[in-house]
Amino acid sequence: MLYRESGQYKTSYIADQAIFPIREDRIGMMIIGAIALAIPFVASDFFLNAIMTPFLILALAAIGLNILTGYAGQLSLGTGAFMGVGAYSCYKLTTIFPDVNIVILVLLSGFFSAGIGVIFGLPSLRIKGLYLAVTTLAAQFFLEWCFIRIPWLYNYNSSGAIEVPERRGFGDIVLTGPAAGAMTQYFVVLAIVVVVTFAVKNIVRGRIGRQWMMIRDMDIAAELMGVRPLTAKLSAFAVSSYLCGVAGAMFIFFYLGAAEPSAFSITLSFQILFMVILGGLGSLVGSFFGAAFIWGLPIVLRAGLPAMGIDINAETVFHVATMIVGALIIFFLIVEPHGLARLWSLAKEKMRVWPFPYG
Amino acid sequence: MRLKRLIAGTILAGTLAGTALPAFAEELFVPLFSYRTGPFAGSGIPIANGMHDYLTMLNERDGGINGVKIRVGECETGYDTQKGVECYEQVKSEGALVISPYSTGITLQVIPKASVDKIPVLSMAYGLSAAAEGNTFPWVFNPPNTYWDGASAIVTDIANREGGAENLKGKKIGYIFLDAGYGREPIPLLEQMSSDMGFELLQYPVPGKEMQNQSSQWLNIRRDRPDYMIMWGWGAMSPTAVKEATKIRYNMENFYGIWWSGGNDDAAAGGEAAKGYRTLNFHGVGSDFGVIQDIKKYVVDAGKSQVDPAKFADNLYNRGVYNSMLIAEGIRRAQELTGKTVIDAVDMRSGLENLDITEARLKEIGMEGFALPMKLSCEDHSGHHKVYVVEWDGKDWKKAGDWFSPDVDMVKPLLKKAAADYAESNAPWPERTEACLN
Repeated sequence: MLYRESGQYKTSYIADQAIFPIREDRIGMMIIGAIALAIPFVASDFFLNAIMTPFLILALAAIGLNILTGYAGQLSLGTGAFMGVGAYSCYKLTTIFPDVNIVILVLLSGFFSAGIGVIFGLPSLRIKGLYLAVTTLAAQFFLEWCFIRIPWLYNYNSSGAIEVPERRGFGDIVLTGPAAGAMTQYFVVLAIVVVVTFAVKNIVRGRIGRQWMMIRDMDIAAELMGVRPLTAKLSAFAVSSYLCGVAGAMFIFFYLGAAEPSAFSITLSFQILFMVILGGLGSLVGSFFGAAFIWGLPIVLRAGLPAMGIDINAETVFHVATMIVGALIIFFLIVEPHGLARLWSLAKEKMRVWPFPYG
Repeated sequence: MRLKRLIAGTILAGTLAGTALPAFAEELFVPLFSYRTGPFAGSGIPIANGMHDYLTMLNERDGGINGVKIRVGECETGYDTQKGVECYEQVKSEGALVISPYSTGITLQVIPKASVDKIPVLSMAYGLSAAAEGNTFPWVFNPPNTYWDGASAIVTDIANREGGAENLKGKKIGYIFLDAGYGREPIPLLEQMSSDMGFELLQYPVPGKEMQNQSSQWLNIRRDRPDYMIMWGWGAMSPTAVKEATKIRYNMENFYGIWWSGGNDDAAAGGEAAKGYRTLNFHGVGSDFGVIQDIKKYVVDAGKSQVDPAKFADNLYNRGVYNSMLIAEGIRRAQELTGKTVIDAVDMRSGLENLDITEARLKEIGMEGFALPMKLSCEDHSGHHKVYVVEWDGKDWKKAGDWFSPDVDMVKPLLKKAAADYAESNAPWPERTEACLN
């Protein structure tokens, strides 16, 4: 009763094919959009800088992995490295073309990542499952080695790290570098993430996305029905790596400000994988849930436990967060493999029929 | 559709808004970036304990600094730059007086931010060597020595043992290092020295993931037979290297570690066989100092410390104490300069820049014989102070030789150039606008 679609008649194909065919969803999206735009004006810099911006960026990376693992069924452990490719190519691009708007370069750097992703996606044509995971693991180690051993990538910097230079755009607003405002960076990231997410939403519900899902569900049947595994798998790798590359570039340019190769280590790949597993495989909204949960949990614990009067050491928070995430991953894999997103849609189903459970 | 996210966000925002209260007016907030977890915890724990305990002792014994209590806030980084940035943002919002990142990676990350946010960074004997140039880096301090001083001091000590720098010609010096910002930092200087003095520099990088698996590097060392070895190790890397060195029967007296590779646990990994292993040091070892006794009395015996009694006052613990002493003296100096008791980060910067710890002052704070006097200036944020060599006797560190000065004449021009390069590659690097008070 709270939430139902009866009486909402669609009288055209356009209305029937809309991203959000149900009115309540549209209203919900508008509320969320309004809140996202209002947050910077009420929240502190810390909340924007250390929570919202990285959350959005990691959510995008999780969407990237979700495309590959959740939609196309290709397990990957190389997310961190693909993010690194985006970050390093964005760094090279901005040092070579210092006058080009950084937002354009961030979006372009994703293509480099996509290219690398396709190359490492080639084995997926022959192998799958755990074996594919191992080849993407090789990508992870190989690319990390490149970030350390090819000095050209970091402009022969003696520390071996890439440092984000100051870049301006949109009428001399400082976008990157230490002088950039938290609010500016948040809005830039928000804009990119929203635009890209909508684009991805349209891809996954269209022809290409349906091909991915057919390949995931049964590749032989899909092939018999005319889906070409080559294009389907490689396009999944390309789109996934593109998103990860953009996320990686934003992670460095709009959040960290500098990066050592270790920032793109296997730890990051696992972090994103956990976000996807907890959030929900094959769900875009799940990627946001997962990112919010994994990124937010340690921060909430660190701020929340002392506020509740529990005196806790800094390192214990760490241990507790790790334990909770670990336990939840096991719990979700056993009880609800579709993650938080599935719980959310169950809740929605319940709300639709409330108060008549069989209505 | 995303209502749940909305609710979660609101709750999160509410929690944070509730806790991130502005700092109380009557306190000095000193954040400590620590890592009691992760692969570097072995070195991180004693440092964190030492730093924490000295500040606690000041609170217990003197009621803070000039009557203002110190609030110590630890933020766990796990030696992870990503977490370090998060900690930085957090303590910034709480009104941190000074940042001591305790990781070269995190230091490199926060240097550009700190200058904009106007929070001084105290990277004691680590971090970016070029930050010693106060005119380029007004907000960064690395007393009492930079890494380049350390590298030059080790080479100087080797040269002394060989009977002069000219005798280094044709010798082979191996450099085994953690392949991260930390271990790479001294390479430009070592390369310069190698071309100046004619010794051959052999590099053995150890990737962060492979810290506990160095057999391939040591196989190469056994093949190359370097006359001396220099190590830039930290965390789990140092004990592994010491153990591997004893395994290939490397002559431990020719094996030098930088000061950070001088933890008691690091050397103890090699046991009796590690006898002779040498590292640099710039503060006292052991517990025979007034300040250490006071910490024992007011903090450890009172049960206010996390330190394991068996590890109290070991080498890295004492270094943590030294680090906190620099912070406390910086605060005190800032109070003197400004006439305020409750200072802010901007005052703290002037305090650190005008730091002048004399012999008399050291005596007053119970550090006679523990450390040498030190003085910083607007141009020189490091001081390039004297160091000495300690040797592992199988059980503990023993002083081996007198305090001596690193090759300052050689290091300083290189630092100037490195600072200029940094400013250029990070253009537009802000000009120094801070007034010089000394």
